[in-house]
Amino acid sequence: MGNGTSIGRVRGLGSSHHGAHHWLATRLTAVGNLVLIPYLLVSLALLPGYDYQSVHSWLAQPVPATALVLIFINTFYHARLGVQVMLEDYVHEDAGKIAAWLLVNIVPFAGAAFGIVSVIRIALGGA
Amino acid sequence: MAQASSNRPISPHLQIWRWGPAMLVSILHRVTGNGLTFAGLGLLLWWIGAIAGGEQSYQTFIAYVWTGTASPLSGLTSILGKVVLIGLTWAFFQHLATGVRHLVLDVGAGYELDANARWSVLTMVFSVLATALFWAFVLLPR
Repeated sequence: MGNGTSIGRVRGLGSSHHGAHHWLATRLTAVGNLVLIPYLLVSLALLPGYDYQSVHSWLAQPVPATALVLIFINTFYHARLGVQVMLEDYVHEDAGKIAAWLLVNIVPFAGAAFGIVSVIRIALGGA
Repeated sequence: MAQASSNRPISPHLQIWRWGPAMLVSILHRVTGNGLTFAGLGLLLWWIGAIAGGEQSYQTFIAYVWTGTASPLSGLTSILGKVVLIGLTWAFFQHLATGVRHLVLDVGAGYELDANARWSVLTMVFSVLATALFWAFVLLPR
């Protein structure tokens, strides 16, 4: 990192070299959600009932189970990117930024992992 | 942040501007996105975890979120549950519509003042109509 010119001070800091990837990944996962979430909503609306048997036997099928796994990957990734932008806008103190950085890099992975493990338990007849 | 502690002039903030449709859907996109993240994904995890846990845990989920039959407390939370579920459905359709609006703006279209305002309003019309249709389909006998 240089300390002479303005561009020298900016290089290697913040979103430089990463902004386009973040932007593109947000759009990519948005398109994924545009397909996956309407699939989930329509499927739920068309279920014969909302008792345990109806919901469980629907989710245990290969296509809904696959869709749910994709939903957990795609929504948590998209949410992680969006929450990061929100936190970058509103959190300005160093301690808060470190806490935010930990939050957006750990919690989404934990949540998605729990969701995927749950789908696998349902699909493979666990519980 | 360096700017936060300096005496540099800052840009006029929320209360300075005259509200317009584009401003409203812009902040709605952020609010609904974060609402869907924290309430929506949280509820989705509870739901999938409850199904994976078996019939009893699913009954507990349904009682606390919708029917309110498990305990006096669940009677209270089930009211909240319905409001949150319907609210999340609206938030999803609003975020979807403003998200598509962003994709259109990304390709450089829709910046003319009239068109921008018109499409901003239409995202809100869409989200309310889609929410009403979805819940009418789910709740009304068929």
